[in-house]
Amino acid sequence: MNAFRIVPAGDAALIVEFEARIDPSVNARAIQLAEALQAARLQGVLDVVPTFRSVAIYFDPLHTNGDALLARVEAEAAKPSSDRDSGRPAVRVPVCYGGELGPDLAAVAAFSHLSEAEVIAAHTARTYRAFMVGFVPGFAYLGIVEERIAMPRRDTPRVRVPIGSVGIAGVQTGIYPMETPGGWQLVGRTPLKPFDPDRAEPFLITAGDAVQFYAIDHDRFLDMEREGLLVPPKPPSEGGSRASS
Amino acid sequence: MSGVRVIRGGMLTTIQDTGRWGYQSRGVPVAGPMDPVSHRLANALVGNERAAATLEVTLLGPELEFEDERVVAVTGAEFEIMLDGRPAPHGTPFLVAKESHLRFGQRRRGSRAYLAIRGGVAVPPVLGSRSTHVISAMGGLSGRPLRTGDRITLGVADATRPTAAPPSDPVVELPSRPARLRVLAGPQADAFTSDALDTLQSAPYTVGQQSDRMGFRLEGPRLTHARGADIISDATPLGVLQVPASGQPILLMADRQTTGGYPKIATVISADMAVAGQLGPGDTIAFAVCTPREAMAALIAQERALMVLEMRRQ
Repeated sequence: MNAFRIVPAGDAALIVEFEARIDPSVNARAIQLAEALQAARLQGVLDVVPTFRSVAIYFDPLHTNGDALLARVEAEAAKPSSDRDSGRPAVRVPVCYGGELGPDLAAVAAFSHLSEAEVIAAHTARTYRAFMVGFVPGFAYLGIVEERIAMPRRDTPRVRVPIGSVGIAGVQTGIYPMETPGGWQLVGRTPLKPFDPDRAEPFLITAGDAVQFYAIDHDRFLDMEREGLLVPPKPPSEGGSRASS
Repeated sequence: MSGVRVIRGGMLTTIQDTGRWGYQSRGVPVAGPMDPVSHRLANALVGNERAAATLEVTLLGPELEFEDERVVAVTGAEFEIMLDGRPAPHGTPFLVAKESHLRFGQRRRGSRAYLAIRGGVAVPPVLGSRSTHVISAMGGLSGRPLRTGDRITLGVADATRPTAAPPSDPVVELPSRPARLRVLAGPQADAFTSDALDTLQSAPYTVGQQSDRMGFRLEGPRLTHARGADIISDATPLGVLQVPASGQPILLMADRQTTGGYPKIATVISADMAVAGQLGPGDTIAFAVCTPREAMAALIAQERALMVLEMRRQ
C-alpha cells in the first residue's frame, strides 16, 4: 500500500501525508521520501522534515515553481517503497538505570508488576526505531516499547529534566537532549550527549536510525560523562592503551 | 573587533538573522525575526546583506553604547529613539558616533523594532545561523536575550556599500485594530467541523498574555474538532493555526517547535507574517480566508516594494 495525499500548508509548505498510523513501514516510506527530496536539492526548497507518517517540504514561494515542485513531490511519493533500512549502523546508547539518574524506574516496575532488573532487561532487549526527531533539537521519538513496561506519561510533568535522561511514555522511549520540562517516566540516564552543536556531528540520532540501549553501572557512567564521548569507545586493543591524562 | 556595550538589555532584545533553516528534520527550530520584512528593510537601510544579524527589540527597548562610529537604522515598531539625549529618526539611517549612547524610549506602535548596524552583529553562527533561540539556548549571545554588561561584536563596516533610500510609504503597515491576517485553509481543515473556517472569520481573536516568540495563544470564537484534538505529531509550519482541545487556536511564530500534535486549521500567508510579527498581548486579529492566487499576489507586491528600495541605493 502506498496511499498518500499532498496538502498545502499556507503558501510556503507542502505536506505529504501517508496512512495515519504509527507503523515502521509507513514511517520508512516518509523518511525515504524526505531523504530523496533532500538529496535532490530542489530549487527554492529550504527544509524537508519527515515525521511519523508525513513529510513537510518548506520552500521560498518567490524562488520556486510551485507546479513543478508539486509534480516532483507527487512523483517521488508515488515511487514504490523499498524495504531497505537506513544503511547506518545501530546507535548503541549506554544507560545507567535507576537510582537518582532514573527516578521513575521503581514506578515503572510497579506499573508493570516486574522487578527493576526485569524492566531494564525489557528496555534493553529491543532494537528501537527512531520514528521522528522533534520537540527540541536532537530529541528522537523511539519505539516501539514492550507493552508490559509501556507506562503512560506522568500526570504532572517535571519542570526540569536533566540532559541525557532516558524516559518512557507509553510505547515510546527517548533521550532528553537538553534540560527542558518533561513528563516522561525517567528510567535512567546516558552519559552521551544527544545534541551538541559544537561537535563535528551534532546529532546522535537521525530519523530512521536503529537504536539499542545497554546498561552500565554508575562508575562507568561517571567515567564516560567525564570523557564527554559521543560514541562509546571500542574495547582497548592488545598492548596499547591511551595515554592517561 | 569593535562592538556595542549593553547598558540596559530591555525586555527581550535578541540577535536575529534570517533563521536557522535546514535542521528542522533534527528538531532544531528556525527562529529568525518575527517581522522579517522590517528586518530586511533595516539591513537595506544601512547597506548590509539581507541575512545580516540585527537586534530584535521587544516592547521595552535597550540602551547601547557604541565603541566606534556606525551607520544604524531602526525599523518595525515605532519607539522614541534617543541618540545622546536627542531624538533620532525611525526608518531612516543615521550615524552614531564613537562612544555615543542609543536609547529606546517609549513605544508608540507595533511590538518589535529592528536595529540594524552597518557591518552586522558578528556573534559566531551556530548551525549556520546567528539567530537566538532562547528555549534551546542556541545562537545569539549564549542563546539568551541581551542584558546589562554584555558586549556584542560587530562585523566590519564596509563604507563602500550603498544604503537604501528610506521608503516614502511604510513597507509593513503596523497593525490596526484589529489586524487583518489572511489565511489559506489547511493543512488539516478537514479535522474540524464544516463551519469552523466561518467561525474563525466570524469575530476578532485577542492575543493572550501567554504569547511569545514561539506562538500567540488566541482568545475568540471556539473552533470545533471533527474527530478529537490529538493527531499523530507532524511538522508545524510558520504561521499555522494549531488548535488544542480548548478550541482556542495558537498561531505559531518564529521560535515554534518543529513538530506538534494538534490539528491545524489554517495558515497565515507569507505576506502577512510581518504584520503578525508586530502583534503583542492584548492586540486583536481578524482572520480572512483568501485564495492561493491572492497570497502569491500579496507576496510579489511586498517583494517588489522591498526590491525597489534595495535598488534605489544611495
